[in-house]
Amino acid sequence: MHETMIAQSLLAQISEEAAKQNAKPVAAKISCGKLNTVNDEVLCFAFEAIAEGTLCQGVKLEIEHKPLHAKCKICNSIFIIEFSNPQCEKCNGKEFELLPDAPLILEEIEFQTG
Amino acid sequence: MKKIEIGKKILNKNEKCAIENKSLLAEKKKLCLNMISSPGSGKTTILVRTITELKEKIKIGVIEGDIQTDIDAERIRATEAPAVQINTEGACHLSAVQISRGLKNLPVDDLDLIIIENVGNLVCPSAFELGEAAKVVVLSVAEGDDKPAKYPGIFVKSKVLLINKIDLLASGGQVDFDIERVKTDARRLNKTIKIFPISAKTGQGMADWYDWLAKNVEQCRTRT
Repeated sequence: MHETMIAQSLLAQISEEAAKQNAKPVAAKISCGKLNTVNDEVLCFAFEAIAEGTLCQGVKLEIEHKPLHAKCKICNSIFIIEFSNPQCEKCNGKEFELLPDAPLILEEIEFQTG
Repeated sequence: MKKIEIGKKILNKNEKCAIENKSLLAEKKKLCLNMISSPGSGKTTILVRTITELKEKIKIGVIEGDIQTDIDAERIRATEAPAVQINTEGACHLSAVQISRGLKNLPVDDLDLIIIENVGNLVCPSAFELGEAAKVVVLSVAEGDDKPAKYPGIFVKSKVLLINKIDLLASGGQVDFDIERVKTDARRLNKTIKIFPISAKTGQGMADWYDWLAKNVEQCRTRT
């Protein structure tokens, strides 16, 4: 449900950029990490609901989920961590350090031209 | 169509405010903890007992987050500790700006430790930094031993796990809960998490939690 607050922040940022560009936004690309626990469906629904009647109405969201990486303490390789089976892909080591999770980023906005 | 690259953090407002809270607390050398759990795990009971038993040693203030009512803040105030209630009016988590306001309404200079009791929820609060030094996750045995596996995010991000209501385990098998499974699952993803099995009702195990608090309050106070 925290997607509502994310949607509000997103709406504010897209609206601000739209005013700067003096153009109608049509799509936005977002990326997020594993620990942001963003549910695409909920975020899109929340955004659609609060964008209604604003310049951002109809903006399509594209959400990219970036994996969480870890560094193996045994063989030093960096691998994508699976919460269901957290171990090194290369040496099956269970001693690892989690690397920072990707933050929630507004990557790109697409505007209508002409 | 024209594409514009933005590359901006979506929650930058919250993050900026969290950093401000954090530096204010660091400057004043006050420890701040963000306590997160499902509703009904016993956060407030843990706080009431902790405040009462540490009264002579550590001065604690509380920021209470709830969707509605000031029931929890009243319970804290009954111990004579200062408490600020924040009603989120439906929101499922506290945000940094609410903590900033909360801190203004607490006698921070007279305190050693500020504990934020977040809105009862194991998912959303973990995504919002508030400016705390550490997160403390509470899991009560009645909720089941599969929670670290099902909700890994909060267990990854927390420094401390309090397993509460362990008195229910002793009373003859009404609750199926494998403490070792919880410890293993939590440590698989977070090797350094401190785990304290406690009962805020009977006081069992609370001494280790108090030692951790005292040690960390002291570290915060003497940090240069």
